[in-house]
Amino acid sequence: MRFDDEQFRVKVGLAEMLKGGVIMDVTTAEQAKIAEEAGAAAVMALERVPADIRAEGGVARMAPVEKIQEIQEAVSIPVMAKCRIGHVAEARILEALEVDFIDESEVLTPADEENHVAKHGFKVPFVCGCRNLGEALRRIGEGAAMIRTKGEAGSGNIVEAVRHLRTVQRQIRTLTILDEHELMAEAKALQAPYELVRWVAENGRLPVPNFAAGGVATPADAALCMMLGAESVFVGSGIFKSSDPAPRARAIVQAVTHWQDPARLAELSKGLGDPMSGLDVAKLSPEEMLSRRGW
Amino acid sequence: MRVGVLALQGDFEAHAAALGRLGVEAVPVRTAEGLEGVDALVLPGGESTTMLRLMAVEGLDGAIAARVRAGMPVLATCAGVVLLAREVNPDQPSLGLLDVAVRRNAYGRQVASAVVPVRLAPALGEPPGMEGVFIRAPRITRTGPGVEPLGWRDGDPVLVRQDRIVAATFHPELTADSRVHRLLLETARA
Repeated sequence: MRFDDEQFRVKVGLAEMLKGGVIMDVTTAEQAKIAEEAGAAAVMALERVPADIRAEGGVARMAPVEKIQEIQEAVSIPVMAKCRIGHVAEARILEALEVDFIDESEVLTPADEENHVAKHGFKVPFVCGCRNLGEALRRIGEGAAMIRTKGEAGSGNIVEAVRHLRTVQRQIRTLTILDEHELMAEAKALQAPYELVRWVAENGRLPVPNFAAGGVATPADAALCMMLGAESVFVGSGIFKSSDPAPRARAIVQAVTHWQDPARLAELSKGLGDPMSGLDVAKLSPEEMLSRRGW
Repeated sequence: MRVGVLALQGDFEAHAAALGRLGVEAVPVRTAEGLEGVDALVLPGGESTTMLRLMAVEGLDGAIAARVRAGMPVLATCAGVVLLAREVNPDQPSLGLLDVAVRRNAYGRQVASAVVPVRLAPALGEPPGMEGVFIRAPRITRTGPGVEPLGWRDGDPVLVRQDRIVAATFHPELTADSRVHRLLLETARA
């Protein structure tokens, strides 16, 4: 555990600053500006949004360097970018570009089917996806400074995000009621580092901020993630695959701030045009489920 | 005394926890109505562009400015200082209540974020320094005559006071040192 390490504190510190904000996927400088003007707390620079990656297939890689730099030039908010799971070289390139956060992401085609990047050795903080507490704690053990539940990216369907948020929260609550003599067996069951399992049992939360992602298409979806314990929300395809991105982006930003105010959520949900079309996740084959990538 | 924390976006929970350690229960402020019930306000770290947009929607920009002009004590950290500054570079709207010029993200992107010692004025008590957690921090490039520097990173003022405004470009809420929050409470009680 390196929670007292100055570099790790500064990494988690940036994640703290992003709380209560929305992180939006963008593929051009123009989209990045729309996101910033709508109130995004950060943008994620991508070559294609997840819905297009899903539709077009092929290998999905780190965004082109020119595109990342163009987006960095265009906005003053933090710029994140994705590397493939286990792709240490893409991660080092993103660090050299001085992106503010690296998302080691299941949305891209994995480069390593056994290992993730050892993230403590980087100056740039990492965010990683999880479906359950064990996966979250393995990533934190490797050095992730922020966790996001995976959901099912590019689906426009919130069901997997809900499943993953509920699972993580339930597993955290379970740890807090276990007897200390039961924690090693639970660490074994979760396949998670024992010291981190103990930390969560004592504190009743993850040691890093816990955001939600994957399938957010409406202000109500974003508010639901907050109700289920997420501290902030990533929106991928949900904004720029909708019929009218700017008002939807503004509404989702406000929904994350005012998620406890249903009358406000009703008002925010008006006049937004059509959301992205969604997928029935139950009809996807296991190979089509992006959330199954990562280990 | 009711201390509010602007809870639109950012590390408002860290501020609430820091106040809680001093025995003060913080009230989250998300609307102009919510502001009416508080005696002092914390403007937290986060993204200033995001907070500006959400403040404008609520009419909180005008409401906060009116309260501060009427003497409400304020503690601002990092992005909060950008919100209060008279002049922001690169140019962006601000409340213009604190007579300083700031440059946003002046030390660089996240790779330049660091924990750096801050030297404190004797008024802050012992020890003479504290940990400064600087995250994509702004830099104060000019201070007006009514602005009193109380802490420095190398030669730069990073903790200042003007009347009942206390402003830090770093994040005391992310450390165990509660002197900056105590300064807000002392200002409010004075």
